[in-house]
Amino acid sequence: MLILECPYCGVKAEETELHAGGEAHLKRFGPGSTDGEFHDYLFMRENPKGVHFERWRHANGCGKWFHAARCTMTLEVFGTYSAQTFEPPQEIRDAITAKRPGWTWRDLK
Amino acid sequence: MSTRLAKQGRLIDRNKQIEFTFNGKRMTGYAGDTLASALLANDQMMVGRSFKYHRPRGLVAAGSEEPNALMQLGSGDRYEPNQRATTTELFSGLSAKSQNHWPNLEFDVLAINNKLGRFLTAGFYYKMFMYPRAAWKHVYEPIIRASAGLGKAPDKETKDADTYEHFYFFADVVVVGGGVAGLQAAKAAAASGAKVLVLEQNAYWGGRAPVDGGTIDGEAPEAWIEKTRAELAAMDNVTLRDRCMASGVYDHGYVLGYERLTDHAPGQGGPRHRLWRIRAKQIVTATGAIERPLSFAGNDVPGVMLAASMRDYVVNWGVTPGRKVVVATNNDDAYRTALVLHEAGCDVVRILDARNNGGGDLMEEARQKGIRVECGRAIAKVSGGKRVKKVAICAQNGTGGAQEEIEADAVAMSGGWSPVVHLWSHCGGKLNWDDAQAHFRPDAARPPLGDNGKGFVVAAGSADGEMALGPVLVNASAAGSKAAEDAGFPAKTVAAAAGVDSVEAPMEAVWLMPAQADIGLRMKSWLDYQNDVKVSDVQLAAREGYESVEHTKRYTTLGMATDQGKLSNINGLAILADSLNSEIPQVGTTTFRPPYHPISMGVIGGEARGDIFQPVRKTPMYEWNDTNGADWEPVGHWRRPFAYVNKGESVHDAVNREVKNTRENLGLLDASTLGKLVVKGPDAGRFLDMMYTNMMSTLKIGKCRYGLMCSENGFLMDDGVVARIDEDTWLCHTTTGGAESIHGHMEEWLQTEWWDWKVYVANVTEQFAQIAVVGPNARKVLEKLNTAAGGGMDLSKEALPFMEWRDGKIGGYDARAYRISFSGELSYEIAVPASQGLAFWNAIMEAGKEFGVMPYGTETLHILRAEKGFIMIGDETDGTVIPQDLNLQWALSKKKEDYLGKRAHLRSHMADPDRWKLVGLETVDGSVLPDGAYALGEGINANGQKNVIGRVTSTYFSATLDRGIAMGLVKHGPDRMGEVITFPGTDGKTYEAKIVDPVFYDKDGEKQNV
Ligand SMILES: [Zn+2]
Repeated sequence: MLILECPYCGVKAEETELHAGGEAHLKRFGPGSTDGEFHDYLFMRENPKGVHFERWRHANGCGKWFHAARCTMTLEVFGTYSAQTFEPPQEIRDAITAKRPGWTWRDLK
Repeated sequence: MSTRLAKQGRLIDRNKQIEFTFNGKRMTGYAGDTLASALLANDQMMVGRSFKYHRPRGLVAAGSEEPNALMQLGSGDRYEPNQRATTTELFSGLSAKSQNHWPNLEFDVLAINNKLGRFLTAGFYYKMFMYPRAAWKHVYEPIIRASAGLGKAPDKETKDADTYEHFYFFADVVVVGGGVAGLQAAKAAAASGAKVLVLEQNAYWGGRAPVDGGTIDGEAPEAWIEKTRAELAAMDNVTLRDRCMASGVYDHGYVLGYERLTDHAPGQGGPRHRLWRIRAKQIVTATGAIERPLSFAGNDVPGVMLAASMRDYVVNWGVTPGRKVVVATNNDDAYRTALVLHEAGCDVVRILDARNNGGGDLMEEARQKGIRVECGRAIAKVSGGKRVKKVAICAQNGTGGAQEEIEADAVAMSGGWSPVVHLWSHCGGKLNWDDAQAHFRPDAARPPLGDNGKGFVVAAGSADGEMALGPVLVNASAAGSKAAEDAGFPAKTVAAAAGVDSVEAPMEAVWLMPAQADIGLRMKSWLDYQNDVKVSDVQLAAREGYESVEHTKRYTTLGMATDQGKLSNINGLAILADSLNSEIPQVGTTTFRPPYHPISMGVIGGEARGDIFQPVRKTPMYEWNDTNGADWEPVGHWRRPFAYVNKGESVHDAVNREVKNTRENLGLLDASTLGKLVVKGPDAGRFLDMMYTNMMSTLKIGKCRYGLMCSENGFLMDDGVVARIDEDTWLCHTTTGGAESIHGHMEEWLQTEWWDWKVYVANVTEQFAQIAVVGPNARKVLEKLNTAAGGGMDLSKEALPFMEWRDGKIGGYDARAYRISFSGELSYEIAVPASQGLAFWNAIMEAGKEFGVMPYGTETLHILRAEKGFIMIGDETDGTVIPQDLNLQWALSKKKEDYLGKRAHLRSHMADPDRWKLVGLETVDGSVLPDGAYALGEGINANGQKNVIGRVTSTYFSATLDRGIAMGLVKHGPDRMGEVITFPGTDGKTYEAKIVDPVFYDKDGEKQNV
């Protein structure tokens, strides 16, 4: 029963209000992409023990999708942020670095 | 014999007698008794039989850790199996039955398993029942099913007569446990101003302290407990709840409380159980400790009991399990039991202290009272069958030889204490091994973490590993202060009450008694009473290569019973560690999972049952439908009429009547549940071109188009008619079940992929009532309404052609009429504001009388569309079907560069010519194919099963054609027209069907286009 703060309406939402949407910051591949690119886009996902970036929707609230950075092992939440971005903002990355120096995720550090 | 003592019993009221029955026998107890203490008072030592060997079993404990005394309580609609006698408060009229025996408790046929013990060792399920294969189904499985399980499940037709509820609560600090540590911690936390909730599982406060003795602030513990409880109760920021157990701690400070409101007083009204759904900033676990049994032969004979539990029975309820008691221990606490028994007039025939040097002050006190204490000695074996008769004594450091045998009728054992770390551990709190006390205790440096990365659980008192009264109170006070501070309240130090207790000598770990017990003794030394796991089983598992404690647990079933190993876990893993020549902390514990103690299924459901199990969505015509014969069908949260059944008519007949009448005269369908999404904005067309496989941006204003939606991996997910309303507005119809999910799907893409596109989506499904007016007389009835209203929308073929829509008035109602047809008939789907829906429906029904109007339900809707070969999402699709499988290539735009699913359709398996494709199926004899049946092909597959080449997706009796019709997906189907294929049914029959065109009726579409 995680608690995540919705960055749009500011509500500290309980998991029953939220809908999990899987990994964040996927790059869409459409027509023109190779079989490998499209396969990876559809199916290949990170499975980290530690820092992870996810998409969540405040489904039983304001209805907005947002991003969350959290630790899959300790369930610590480093921060939530807008869904309308290609990568985590600097303040989120700084918050993670403060708690998990040397963290990596995909090609992020 | 076990009996009620003349004195003692601080929790019972001897002036209030209570009648109850056990296995039909009338018995008497007192107010304040538990069922367990009342059974002991009636000399009912044996309370059940064990799970595997059906050995006679008695009470071992006095609380929730009791493994044996599981009862079937009540009868009829209040019957419930597997209730613990120790946690059941006695009430007048209680009726209990023991379980796991046949034909009765005293004489049990399956006790033969006891004699077969050497065949029923660890992993016996895996070893014994492997061969021959056929024997599994016909011999082993029926026997196991008949003999396994504990109580009988309640009758499936009987509904629980009680009510249950959920309750939400928010607290700064939740203190779990109302013993002296919990009360002290609550006092410290509350002093800071934090909102504190204290949960106590028992009906009384103070935990073990009144039984264990000592003084607090110079008084008897009971005086301090009552004073502190009253102080807390008077504070505005404190809530106290007894009979309320915290059953689990979950992520980010979520706690479940299980309050038993009327179990002790049935019939008083109100809910029976209440589930507290609590959000806490901080949680203090003051959950105490549980005593461990000693592993000696015959430690499961009725009359062998945990020493402190025996003390509980004497002090709390004034009962003793025996008059001649042997005490066996490895620590000082058991001496308290000996002293209490002695004080109560029982004969403590021997104290066997496994430690060579014995104990401290308490041992001296026992000796002064004349009790014979022997150090370095052990129990070799307890014998007696259905109750303790003899105890054989030997040296602890030996194999069990040189025995002296003495008579006794009860044995008190103590193997030391384990802190109750379950709640600490549920959410990831880590443990340290304490070698001096031979137990795991919480590691304060590694607590479970909240969303802020800081610990949210603090252990207090003996749950934190403190075992003496003084340190318990100091520890608890600090825990309460810390919790309040971590919850954001200014630090406030509260002086702990001063606890004074006897000085104790160190305990010594004893994992087997005697230390080198021979195999004969080890095979009778029980670790897990409820699941019948012995020392020899765990040793065997280790010899067979089980090194992980989690694997050993599952192989031997150690700790997997309903008590979840509260007594057995530490002893079991000590034996495992020894067998592996390892250390206990290296072997580690199994995972602690909620609930701490079983909670009722009723309380989990709460109020959500019967009519209010979930909300029912009703269309504006719901009441009309209900009073006009609707045979209701749930569709999502909606209820839709399956058919409108007339008096004296079967549902099947009603459906056939509706089908024929709609084709021949006039049918009305309540289509209000159909999803309606308004998509609007400068980029709406571009957006819909991505959402649908066909082109929507080019749709002309006033026109409709049937569209398909695929997921990104190409599978068909929804369909429906899209209407262009104005330059930047489209209205998208979805399936009934898809309204919310497709709305969510659109929002997801808009918010997370194309967030710069200017589009709004609004779900207006419930804003409109929608009525399909269908059949050759459809236009006539609507024109009659317009005539009566003095004019209205021109509904002629020329003014409103097929696949177009118009806004206007029909019969005086604000209407949007779509010329679309899911039946193949002349059809108008008319949306009116929901508030006008019922009146409009009534108006058509009235005006339609002369045209033979009848309402029709979802089954007729399905048959009409199947006769026309139209697909239905959820019938022809199941998440693995693509438009090409359904011959819908025409709806896949070739002009568009991109849409969801386009790239996926190029993947090799999607383009595989062997994919099953949609065809019509006609049985050779006209019968109806079974739904979901598979078509047989040639040969067998790698698993020896017959190859299948297709399956039935929709199948109906068509009243129009007077025969069974079906659709199905068949390998190379469209190329095999006219071929006959076979479908085995689950009824033993085989059906033969010819592959045909899926359009069974009006192939040229002449009827809808008039
Ligand atoms: Zn929100």
